[in-house]
Amino acid sequence: MRIGIASGKGGTGKTTVATNLARTAVRRGRRVAYLDCDVEEPNGQIYLRPEIAWRRPVTLPVPVVDPGRCDGCGACGEICRFSAIVCVAGKVLVFPRLCHSCGGCSRVCPVDAIGEDLREVGVVSGGQEGKLAYRQGLLNVGEAMSPPLIRAVRAVEPVADLVVVDAPPGTSCAAVEALRGCDRVLLVTEPTPFARHDLELALDTVAQLGIPAEVVVNRAGRDGARTLALCERYGVEIVAELPDRRSIAEASSRGELAVEIDPEFEEWFQRLLAHLEDRR
Amino acid sequence: MKIAVSSTGPSVDAACDERFGRCACFVIAESDGTVLGSVDNPNATQGHGAGIQAARLVADLGVSVVLTGRCGPNASDTLAAAGVSVVVGCTGTVGEALASYSAERGPSG
Repeated sequence: MRIGIASGKGGTGKTTVATNLARTAVRRGRRVAYLDCDVEEPNGQIYLRPEIAWRRPVTLPVPVVDPGRCDGCGACGEICRFSAIVCVAGKVLVFPRLCHSCGGCSRVCPVDAIGEDLREVGVVSGGQEGKLAYRQGLLNVGEAMSPPLIRAVRAVEPVADLVVVDAPPGTSCAAVEALRGCDRVLLVTEPTPFARHDLELALDTVAQLGIPAEVVVNRAGRDGARTLALCERYGVEIVAELPDRRSIAEASSRGELAVEIDPEFEEWFQRLLAHLEDRR
Repeated sequence: MKIAVSSTGPSVDAACDERFGRCACFVIAESDGTVLGSVDNPNATQGHGAGIQAARLVADLGVSVVLTGRCGPNASDTLAAAGVSVVVGCTGTVGEALASYSAERGPSG
């Protein structure tokens, strides 16, 4: 079973839910794979503390033009949807950071002047902590091209009883790439207008992806009725409500998991795990 | 020598558009101030690479100088490759931008 943890708004508690769920499943004897696909800030390792055993760079092919062969026809620039390659005044310019690596330019070049270079966009790494296999991607600073790196993390998914995919916030390509192929999605929200607004976007996104979704309300307390009304409108169930508790925030700031310090949280996450496994 | 001014409208009375890649249109003029016409910028609503395509557009028109508010690195690189020079920081109307450009260049321009 592969569970995506997503949110819309950042900072609602995706990693909190993902790491606590993963640790709970390990404690219940499950083989767990944790894929940190929040590649701009993969911080699941802070809580799960795996020993990273390997790392490898993730590269993307980008075009390189041989000016000796190029006759400046501009066919490469015509086919590129992202202006990553453009022909101006008979010269071809390449903007590697805009390139989506489709290979179209080299295919249409009539004089075979376009070769490939490899550009590193980030690093994928992995390791183990007991029965938990950990994988993450880390996007290079200044880099915008996260979907290929997320695909690289998904590609090294180990065999497990439960795969937890920690998705990036938002509803753009990066989040979609992380959620694609998940059996279910848990959308983590908090009872604030911001989080509710972005939860609605996330609900629309998972509906378009055709993935069944459920909601976890983090820092639950005030203003819960509006979140409930939104979920009812989408026919989506709230499967857990985690209270706003200072002791949990303090533990979290020390890199500790809620299920390790609070028996009530442990019970809630056990119930959440049982619920997810029932639905399988 | 042709000059392109990024503009919010097609005439010299229109305000300069401070954006290069996503300006509404370019007013094209000669260095003596004679207006040759205007060209809509189809890249204004483009998600990616608007500056690059706008640079290509003005280069293909045979423009030598661009007057605009600001110009991003990709557009700058494209304009440089095409041998088009860029003046940033233009404000006011298109006519004013053209006038201050020719005043700064001096009578020989």
